[in-house]
Amino acid sequence: MVLAAEGQLRLDANWVDYLIVALYFAFVIGIGVMAKRSVSTSIDFFLSGRSLPAWVTGLAFISANLGAVEIMGMSANGAQFGIPTVHYFWIGAVPAMLFLGVVMMPFYYGSKVRSVPEFMRRRFGTGAHLVNALSFAIAQLLIAGINLFLLAKIVNILLGWNLYISLVVAAIIVLSYITLGGLSAAIYNEVLQFFVIVAALLPLTLVGLHKVGGYGGLKDKITAAGNGPAQLSSWPGTNLTGIDSPVLSVIGLVFGLGFVLSFGYWTTNFVEVQRAMASSSISAAQRSPIIGAFPKMFVPFIVIFPGMIAAVVASEVASAKADGSKSFDYNNSLLYLIRDLLPNGMLGIAIAGLLASFMAGMAANISAFNTVFSYDLWQTYIVKERSDDYYLRVGRIATFAATVIAIGTALIARNYQNIMDYLQTLFGFFNAPLFATFILGMFWKRMTATAAWTGLVSGTLAAIAVGVLGTDVLGSLSTGVWSLSGQGASFTAAGAAFVVDILVSVAVTSVTQPRKESELRGLVYSLTPKADFHDENEGALAWYQTPNTLAGIGLVMVVILNIIFW
Amino acid sequence: MAENEAPHRAGLFDIRFIIGALIGLYGLIVLITGLFTSDAQVAKADGLNINLWAGIGMLVVGIGFGLWARIRPIVVPAEPKQEAAEPPAH
Repeated sequence: MVLAAEGQLRLDANWVDYLIVALYFAFVIGIGVMAKRSVSTSIDFFLSGRSLPAWVTGLAFISANLGAVEIMGMSANGAQFGIPTVHYFWIGAVPAMLFLGVVMMPFYYGSKVRSVPEFMRRRFGTGAHLVNALSFAIAQLLIAGINLFLLAKIVNILLGWNLYISLVVAAIIVLSYITLGGLSAAIYNEVLQFFVIVAALLPLTLVGLHKVGGYGGLKDKITAAGNGPAQLSSWPGTNLTGIDSPVLSVIGLVFGLGFVLSFGYWTTNFVEVQRAMASSSISAAQRSPIIGAFPKMFVPFIVIFPGMIAAVVASEVASAKADGSKSFDYNNSLLYLIRDLLPNGMLGIAIAGLLASFMAGMAANISAFNTVFSYDLWQTYIVKERSDDYYLRVGRIATFAATVIAIGTALIARNYQNIMDYLQTLFGFFNAPLFATFILGMFWKRMTATAAWTGLVSGTLAAIAVGVLGTDVLGSLSTGVWSLSGQGASFTAAGAAFVVDILVSVAVTSVTQPRKESELRGLVYSLTPKADFHDENEGALAWYQTPNTLAGIGLVMVVILNIIFW
Repeated sequence: MAENEAPHRAGLFDIRFIIGALIGLYGLIVLITGLFTSDAQVAKADGLNINLWAGIGMLVVGIGFGLWARIRPIVVPAEPKQEAAEPPAH
């Protein structure tokens, strides 16, 4: 994202605001120091000793995703497209999170794997594992760098600090609390970050709504600006998808976004799943994404609404929207609103919240990277069978190296912004076939190892092919053979990847030899005794603690929300 | 978290204390700022003294977390964690 010109967005921070920001950093480092005392094994470092309560891992689960890109990007979408942006939450996240908790988490947690790629290795051997582990690790370094760059950029724009100094200071802070406290420190900070962000955005939203005269006033103003129904009702969301036909737009949203893209992201992305793996029991692990789904449902109200309010209140955003200016960067909408509405004091909370979200995003990438690097790459392929202390040390070194590399990626991101965007799109293409491979592998005992890696590779290639044939999906690589761009193109690419992966997997399985059934206990549904997926104390759970009941409530609530904003 | 012999309380490392402390302190700072916020700053937020109100809100949430952690402390179980001891599967 391109941020506004220097000076235009400079905030009038005073000493109270700086005090608030400093306090946040003191807490972040303090958590790292305190967490260090509880790290004695590599499991402590990488998986928080599998000891955290479900509400903590549940909040961390969504906080790891509530990074800067999410907050700035979704409020930008709110400013530009209005209500249809809720699909990213109610269609594109919540159902997949519930599915992860109910269906897939028992396999991940129950098989005692320490990472998502490790499940791949146990089920399908090294071919598919290497594809998964490598693409994941590289993508994390890239995204960590992007988060770091955006963090430094925000500090530079809002407070006027030197970009390079902000870059290095932010990297050192993240590095120090993760090397000290490992995943516990990362998770604790994510939970803390969640509350700081809510403390910043909720008052901002309330002040904004007060200013425009409540939700009714907001609707009137959006209508008066000539953006009536399309921006005020969630379906069919043609402005969001870029697909002109309402029917195709709905199909694209439900299958492209709601099924393939979101299930691919939420159920196989180790950044999120790692949080649930840190829970204290199998039912707590199942509950974490489900508990996370509840706040996730309401995040749109404090992220998308401020964007929509900015589009009618902040003069820069409103005039750009009226002109239909293509060059205007909506990513700054939230910053304009903060500048216009918040007095010193709340301003400090807002800055702390933004910094927190950038740092937590980067910390989540790095803590997922160091686990996959240490367990899945180093221990599996390079230096095997060493002591636990050794791998703990590898993890700390990997964290340091990842931070240094992230600084490098951040500098590349500064100079070649478009390339970074396209690379992110490209890595997104790995997710859809991953989901297809995982779900087939978990429910179809015959599926073979060869089928897994050929399916993954051909699915990814199919997505890339769709990107190349489309318009501007992968920059100059795209040939524009058919006129699909934006969201519509990513839906199609993901859909193609999913279908091709399944077809190839089925075809290859039919000509290759499946593994012995006795080896697949805990990895395949039909070969795993129900008792393996139960805790000894499962009988003692209250109704609100059973994952399926909770998920059912979540599903009903998200359907109701969808109907209200129809 | 730590593998001590006897069950013990998570104490200050309980995340609820940390959340309570930070949000509570924020509430206090913003609330006090709210008492001295100039009219111009209040006008910026559409006439709402948002510092005062958000400060009160955060203070209440902070105290709430502190009380929750106080009333229902986390007891860290004493039994050793078998997962940690298990060699990695190959």
